[in-house]
Amino acid sequence: MANRFMGWVDERFPATQLWNEHIAQYYAPKNFNVWYYFGSLAMLVLVNQLVTGIWLAMFYKPGAATAFGSVAYIMRDVEWGWLIRYMHSTGASFFFIVVYLHMFRALLYGSYRKPRELLWIFGCLIFLALMAEAFMGYVLPWGNMSYWGAQVIISLFSAIPVIGEQLTTWIRGDFVIGDATLNRFFALHVVALPFVLVGLVIAHIMALHHVGSNNPDGIEIKANKNADGHPADGIPFHPYYTVKDLFGVGVFLTLFAGVIFFAPEFGGFFLEPPNFTQANPSVTPEHIAPVWYFTPFYAMLRAVPDKLGGVITMFAAVLILFVLPWLDRSKVKSIRYKGIIFKVMLAALAISFLILGYIGTQPPSPMLTLVARIATIVYFAFFLLMPVYSIIDRTKPVPERVTG
Amino acid sequence: MMRQLFFALAMLVPLSGFAAGGEAVPFHFDPNLGSQGSLQRGAKLFMNYCSGCHSLEYMRYQRIADDLEIPEDVMENNLMMTHGKIHDTIQGAMPKEKAAEWFGKAPPDLSLSAREHGADWIYSFLMSFYLDDSRPTGVNNLVVSNTAMPAVLAPLQGFQALKHEEGEHGEEAGGEEGHGGGEPQFELVQEGQLNPAQYRAAVGDLTNFLVYVGEPAKLVRYSLGFKVILFLLLFTGLAYMLKREFWRDVH
Repeated sequence: MANRFMGWVDERFPATQLWNEHIAQYYAPKNFNVWYYFGSLAMLVLVNQLVTGIWLAMFYKPGAATAFGSVAYIMRDVEWGWLIRYMHSTGASFFFIVVYLHMFRALLYGSYRKPRELLWIFGCLIFLALMAEAFMGYVLPWGNMSYWGAQVIISLFSAIPVIGEQLTTWIRGDFVIGDATLNRFFALHVVALPFVLVGLVIAHIMALHHVGSNNPDGIEIKANKNADGHPADGIPFHPYYTVKDLFGVGVFLTLFAGVIFFAPEFGGFFLEPPNFTQANPSVTPEHIAPVWYFTPFYAMLRAVPDKLGGVITMFAAVLILFVLPWLDRSKVKSIRYKGIIFKVMLAALAISFLILGYIGTQPPSPMLTLVARIATIVYFAFFLLMPVYSIIDRTKPVPERVTG
Repeated sequence: MMRQLFFALAMLVPLSGFAAGGEAVPFHFDPNLGSQGSLQRGAKLFMNYCSGCHSLEYMRYQRIADDLEIPEDVMENNLMMTHGKIHDTIQGAMPKEKAAEWFGKAPPDLSLSAREHGADWIYSFLMSFYLDDSRPTGVNNLVVSNTAMPAVLAPLQGFQALKHEEGEHGEEAGGEEGHGGGEPQFELVQEGQLNPAQYRAAVGDLTNFLVYVGEPAKLVRYSLGFKVILFLLLFTGLAYMLKREFWRDVH
């Protein structure tokens, strides 16, 4: 019965074929380690954001006069509204945690290298879209930090020569952040950008399944096939990685629920105290800082003494990721077989990124600015010096087959 | 140079408002939402002493009655100081425009004050009114320097003076000394209905109540969280065993 039904469907739609290609007969390397959980977890958080977002949009009322009150209404009068909102607000932060770790995994094992350049670029585009999505979402509660954060970030565009001023007015739809800005951000946050994100995620996964997954050894499992034509070091994604990811999901959700139920503000990092008062153009919060996931880039912006230079530096820090596949000239992909220079540079990158993240949350001081400048230079050095150090670095021989 | 950049950024924003300024929060208070009695006393204090000027515009009388197990008739007859129905939100008795005229600043809505400022801040604010002849209300405050709010709780607390040296520059510095050496020194000049210990307890009740009002879901959030996490731990354990079973033939 079931077979006949699927036969009927398959004649008309490639359901079984899709299932096999992407899940049941997609062969993934058998040596994935803990770093490989974050791809599926990013998908999970995306679904969480979409579903909770739909419910929030049922009760949220965009508009400068109604937005703040409607969020309070969701938190108090809507059944389970507080839980749905905390899932969404905590989900935003967890999205970035997961995505940053996912990106770091790619750096560790050279997952951006040929033939995965497009896979990497789709990923960078997802990161960009995610930043836009998060920024606009942060404005919607219309708290005072939403307002002033948006004010500062959007006014960055005014640093662009000639068209800067008109551009910022065009983006805001007003001379200040206001009702028009809020409504267009709502439209972009709930319709346009989710479309873009989901589309990019599909492209990301299609590219992944086309070239096959990289692995901690950074070798191509397709180079070694067994008698039945499957990679000798590969295992079908289902059931092996579906059950493994299920365990990852369990661990993740436990931590996620821990934050949602016990620390949804996360000490002011996920929900900032000044955002519990309504947007007020005449009262500036004592210290304006973006949410934690933007602070590394915000610190780079502040580290450059020139406004336009700061803006360029900030955007360059994201855009430089796109050309990474062509900066790395190493003979090997994985950190396991790379030399000491790469290891030191990657550690320096991670540490400088964390330091910048911290500095971005703090009020500026001469000492912190100096540290931020050094960290910014280190961040860029990782990328810009890579064509040189990836060639002179001493690599180790790569094994034929994956190692545990 | 950094400062220049910071100001440059500040200049980008069209309306440069005034920053709230550094505030001293000399007292520490741990809210306890588990004590229904404290929350009920806090509600009573709020309705009697605060609701004349301050609204809780996102909070409904009915919700308070339900959450704090206050019978509806007690709520309607004894705690609802303004006209309105029990399902209404709590509006201040004073019209906002008039209030701004009278006090120079409309009394802020307190629905979310605990989430914006924190329990320590509210507790400290209510503990640190002191006599100051230079103010139109006759009192000043260590936490909010030159506050427009009169000493509304003085019938309970009495009036206190700030001890000498701090009193002199306390007006200017907003009592920054509170950061350094523990709680500030006050001297009770005129006694109120409550002794100091009772007053502390009353302010604690009021703070507790405002913390609850800031997020009513807090009453259920923790207990629900334990159940959810317990379930997730079981689920994770099960998923782990399932994974091990499936992966037996891989290695």
